[in-house]
Amino acid sequence: MIEVIVSFFTWIFACWVNVKLSHSALSDTRAVKLAVPILFGVTVIVVWELLVRGLQVPQVILPTPSAIAVKFAASTDLLWADFIQTFVKGALSGYLMGCGSAFLIALLIDRMPFLQMGLLPVGNFVAALPIVGTAPILVMWFGFDWHSKAAVVVVMVFFPMLVNTLQGLTTSDHMQRDLMKTYAANHFQTLLKLRLPMAMPFIFNGLKISTTLALIGAIVAEFFGSPIVGMGFRISTEVGRLGLDMVWAEIVVAAIAGSAFYGLVATLEKGVTFWHPSQRG
Amino acid sequence: MKKAFAILTVICTIVILWYGAAVKMNAKWSLEAASRAGVTLTTSELISKTLNQERPVLPAPHQVASEFWKTTIEKKITSKRSLIFHGWITLRATMLGFLIGTFGGIILSVGILHIRAMDMGFMPWAIASQTIPILAIAPMIIVVLNSVGIQGLIPKAIISAYLSFFPVLVGMVKGLRSPDQMQLDLLSTYHASKPETFFKLRLPSSMPYLFTSMKVGIAASLVGTIVGELPTGAIRGLGARLLTGSYYGQTIQMWAALFAAALLAASLVALVGLAEKAVMKRMGMDR
Repeated sequence: MIEVIVSFFTWIFACWVNVKLSHSALSDTRAVKLAVPILFGVTVIVVWELLVRGLQVPQVILPTPSAIAVKFAASTDLLWADFIQTFVKGALSGYLMGCGSAFLIALLIDRMPFLQMGLLPVGNFVAALPIVGTAPILVMWFGFDWHSKAAVVVVMVFFPMLVNTLQGLTTSDHMQRDLMKTYAANHFQTLLKLRLPMAMPFIFNGLKISTTLALIGAIVAEFFGSPIVGMGFRISTEVGRLGLDMVWAEIVVAAIAGSAFYGLVATLEKGVTFWHPSQRG
Repeated sequence: MKKAFAILTVICTIVILWYGAAVKMNAKWSLEAASRAGVTLTTSELISKTLNQERPVLPAPHQVASEFWKTTIEKKITSKRSLIFHGWITLRATMLGFLIGTFGGIILSVGILHIRAMDMGFMPWAIASQTIPILAIAPMIIVVLNSVGIQGLIPKAIISAYLSFFPVLVGMVKGLRSPDQMQLDLLSTYHASKPETFFKLRLPSSMPYLFTSMKVGIAASLVGTIVGELPTGAIRGLGARLLTGSYYGQTIQMWAALFAAALLAASLVALVGLAEKAVMKRMGMDR
């Protein structure tokens, strides 16, 4: 019971500190901007730990953060193998193939306005559909190993990427294209020097959306059958055995991998589209 | 008019490609069957055979269409084989989850707008959580809630609420902040109170953002429900239909379920779009 009370006061105290910090004169400094969310995150973990202990929630329902950390440290080998199987082999290869092919096909379609006019609405439509549902079919076609996961990822990221690239390629306006014409630039030069740079914010938007989709696709596809390694496999089997601490450790890996992947693409974006208003802030 | 023609052309191309792929992918099985029976097939025989297999690798469009017709129109809607029955189960959880998620997202966005500590402390986590494959915890939520005795509609709705929550939150925060300084200044010259500013300026100008994110959110919550139906070996719902199809190799059944899911997603998004049009028109913001 004492833990519950302590956790309640921890929460109140942390909230008070955060309110003070965010209204203080220093609230626009970088340090405070970092400190406030970190304090929030730490408070959530502390309150979680104390509440689970205080209310004596069984570990099979909600493990404490410390138990998850212990499990994480004890099974790094297993987690690493799962990470390689699902993220590097499944998600990353599918991401590269899907985004790459969507980009190239967008460049091809760009030369055919008629096809583009028809494909944009269809692509937009397909992008909103529950494509994860194709996972069982693709697992059936490509077997249980990572190839089928990569295939699911390709299918999932293809349309968002295609639609974004196509949309990006149309952003340059008539004046700019006319200017290129007066320079006697051919199609390829116009593409390389004007339209692709203009399309970059859209292309990166597609790439960023695809990072999350890729990881989701690879993990969900493993629910439909996988070799005995992989994050999706581990999650579904450990859930079946009520090994919830392992599941949470797996979620931590997924969170780190997903955030790092997104962060990497966002950093790249910052480097490439430094001229765009949204980056100058 | 020209646009409709272009879309039609694209769709026709897809169907033709599909037929081609169906012939190619199913040919192996048909050829093997023929060689076992000791007959050689002419090309036209081979094509007709590949398009009418019972368990094809890739069902032809007309097979999927006829299965879809059989399981929606011809079956009674109370039947366990009716896609309408399964779709309804999925739809219910999706709608419940979507309502919870949208409502929660709006409430939290109001909090973030007015409480600075929440904006600085919570918002970064909300954005970061979008980079995490949230669907990965779907099976855990289902099993954990199952072990404390909650099952059926609620666990699925929680997953789908979780997925529709963040698009709405992020969109709504952006929308509530969309009025520019001039408009806010105007209201303060009117001596408008905080609630008045909120209801007369911020809320109306957030509507386009809200509807855009609701379109994303409702599609996401359908995905959440379908994935939520997978792990417990559920026997009802479109996700369960996909799973049983994959267990027994019933490819046609899987494709029909997939199309039902796609149709459901499309009509839900269209429904939100209609609501958007109506609201925008009522507010005098229609284009």
